[in-house]
Amino acid sequence: MSAPVIHADKLVKVYQMGEQQVCALCGVSLRIERGEVVSIMGPSGSGKSTLMNILGCLDLPTSGDYTLDGEAVSELKDDQLADIRNRKVGFVFQSFNLLSRTTALANVELPLRYAGMKAGRKEQARAALDSVGLSDRMTHRPTELSGGQQQRVAIARALVNNPAIIMADEPTGNLDSKVGKEIIALLLELNRKKGTTLIIITHDPNVAAQTQRIIHLRDGLVEEV
Amino acid sequence: MNITQAILEALESLNANRLRAGLTMLGIIIGVGAVIAMLSVGQGAQATITSAISGIGTNLLFVSSGNMTNDVRNPKPLTLADAQAMADPLVNPDVAAVAPAIQGSADVSSTSQKTRRNSIIGVTPEYFPMQNYTLTEGVFITQDQVLGQASVAVIGPTIADQLYGTHVGVVGETIRISGQPFHVIGVLASKGGSSFGNQDNRILVPISTAQVRLIHRASTNEVDQILVQTTSAATVTQATDEVSQVLRQRHRTPVGIDDFTIFSQKDVLSIATTVTGVFTIFLGGISGISLLVGGIGIMNIMLVSVTERTREIGLRKALGARRRDILLQFLTESSMLSLFGGIIGIILGWLLSLLIGRIAAATGNAFNPVVGINSILLATIFSAAVGLFFGIYPANRAASLEPVEALRYE
Repeated sequence: MSAPVIHADKLVKVYQMGEQQVCALCGVSLRIERGEVVSIMGPSGSGKSTLMNILGCLDLPTSGDYTLDGEAVSELKDDQLADIRNRKVGFVFQSFNLLSRTTALANVELPLRYAGMKAGRKEQARAALDSVGLSDRMTHRPTELSGGQQQRVAIARALVNNPAIIMADEPTGNLDSKVGKEIIALLLELNRKKGTTLIIITHDPNVAAQTQRIIHLRDGLVEEV
Repeated sequence: MNITQAILEALESLNANRLRAGLTMLGIIIGVGAVIAMLSVGQGAQATITSAISGIGTNLLFVSSGNMTNDVRNPKPLTLADAQAMADPLVNPDVAAVAPAIQGSADVSSTSQKTRRNSIIGVTPEYFPMQNYTLTEGVFITQDQVLGQASVAVIGPTIADQLYGTHVGVVGETIRISGQPFHVIGVLASKGGSSFGNQDNRILVPISTAQVRLIHRASTNEVDQILVQTTSAATVTQATDEVSQVLRQRHRTPVGIDDFTIFSQKDVLSIATTVTGVFTIFLGGISGISLLVGGIGIMNIMLVSVTERTREIGLRKALGARRRDILLQFLTESSMLSLFGGIIGIILGWLLSLLIGRIAAATGNAFNPVVGINSILLATIFSAAVGLFFGIYPANRAASLEPVEALRYE
C-alpha cells in the first residue's frame, strides 16, 4: 500500500483564553489513504473545525506532526502554507464563499491565478465547470445562480488545481435536502472518477453514512475509527 | 498574480462600488485640481509681474537721492549737472544713456473739462526710449524744446480720454497745467496698469519747463530721479559702480556712506520673483493640504473595504493567495483611486486655471495662468505617493489577516 495522503500524529491545538489554556485538539492521530472518502462528525465544540483548519493547512497545530501528501506541514511559514493550500487542498464551504463580483468561470480560475499559471487557465477552469455539469452557466455571476449551482461552482473551484484532498465543511448545510443529496452524489462521483481524497465534515448522519469511514470527534479526541 | 491581473481586479472591485470610489476620488480630484490651479496662478502671476517689470525698460538703473538703509545727514539732491556727469562716455563707458526726471502733480484742465490733479513728469528726450514708450500720434519732446523751456506736453491716453473723451486727434489741442497753457504734441500708446502704478495717466513735459514753471524745488537745477541705461544687461554691475563713483566725487561723501540710492531693475526683478515664489509656495502648500485630506479619505475607504471584505480575503488565502498577493491587490486598488483622481484633477485644475485666466481677462487684468509640465508631474507623483502611502496601512492589515479568523468573520 502506498503512503497515506494524510498522516497526523498526536495533533494538539491549544488556545489561550485569558488565563486559561483550552485544548481544542488534545492529541488526534489520523491516517487517511489516497482516494478514501471520510466523514468527520462530532457535536459542536468537539474540535471539528480546528481539525479541518489544520488538515486544510489554514492553521498550524501547537504540537504534533502532520504530513500531507508527503510534505511535512507543521513547520511551514505562512507563504509556504499558502502554496500548499493552493496545490494540495480544495475547499468547499457551507456558505459557498464565491466572489459575487465575478463570473463562475473567473471564480474557478482564481486558484490557478494564485498558482501563477499563465496560459491555459480558462481551458482548465472550463473543464472543471464541465465536470460539475455547469458548462452552460460559465458567464453567470453567483447571484444569478441557485444555491445548488453555486455549490457546484465552489466544487469546480476546489478541484480545478487537481488537489490531493478536497475538504468539504458542511457542504449541504445551506441547501435543501434534495439539492444536498445531489451535491453529495456529485462529490462521490468525482471521487470515483478522479480518485480525489474526500473529507466531509458534517452533522448529518445520512451524509456520513454514504462515506467509507466515519471519524467521531468528542472533546478534542477521536472517539472511534 | 501579475500586475495586469491585479489592475483588472482592482478595476472590477472599484466598479462594483462606483459611488464610493467616485466620492473617494473626489477628494484627490479636488486636491490635485487645487494644487494645479494654484501653482498655475502663482506662476502666471510671476510671469505677469516679470514682464511688467521688463516693460519699464531694460538695463535700467534708478538713481535717487538719500539712502534707504543708512541714516545720512543732509543728503545732497541730484541735479542736472549730476546727470550730465554720468553721461560722459569717457568716464563711464558702460553707461549708454542718462535721463533725469522730476515728478510732481498739478491741476490739469482743458477748455471743456474741469480740472483734475494729475501726475506731471519733467523729462528729456532720452526718457522715452528708456521707458519703452510709443506714441499713437504726434511726436516726443525734443532736445530743442528742453533747451527752450517750451510749453509742450505729451499726454497719456487716459488723460486724453478724460479731457477730450477720445485719445485720437488730440494733438494740437491746448491743455492747462496749473493754469498755464501747454500745447499737446503727442499721445502715448497705452501700457496698461502695472504694479508700479498706471502709466497711462501721466503728463510728460520738458524737464526745464517743469523745473521753472510747474514743480518748484529749492534749486531749479534739482531733479528727483536719474534713469541710467547701461550698454547691456551684463554691464549693470559695472555701470552701477561707475555711476556711484561719479556721485561720490561730486557729492564729496565720506567713504562707505552714500547719500544716494541706486536701484537696478535686476533688484526689482529679484524681489518680485522672490515674492511671487513665496506666494506660489504658499498657495501650493494650502492646496497640498486638501490633497492630504483626500489621501486620508482613501485610507478611510480602504480600511472600510478591508473590513467589509474580510471573508473574501480569508477565502483568497484559503485558495492559496500569499501575503504579497493580498498586499498587491489592495495597494493596486488605492493607487488606482489616486491615479484616476489625479488625472481627472489635472484636467480640472487646468480648466480652472483657464477659467481664472478668462475672469482676469474679463476684468481687465491681462494675466495668464501657466500650467507647467513640472506642476503636472509634481501633482501626479504626489497623488500617486499619497495613494500608495495611505494604501499601505489598510493593505498591510488585509494581508496579515489570519485565514481561519477571516473565514469565520461575519
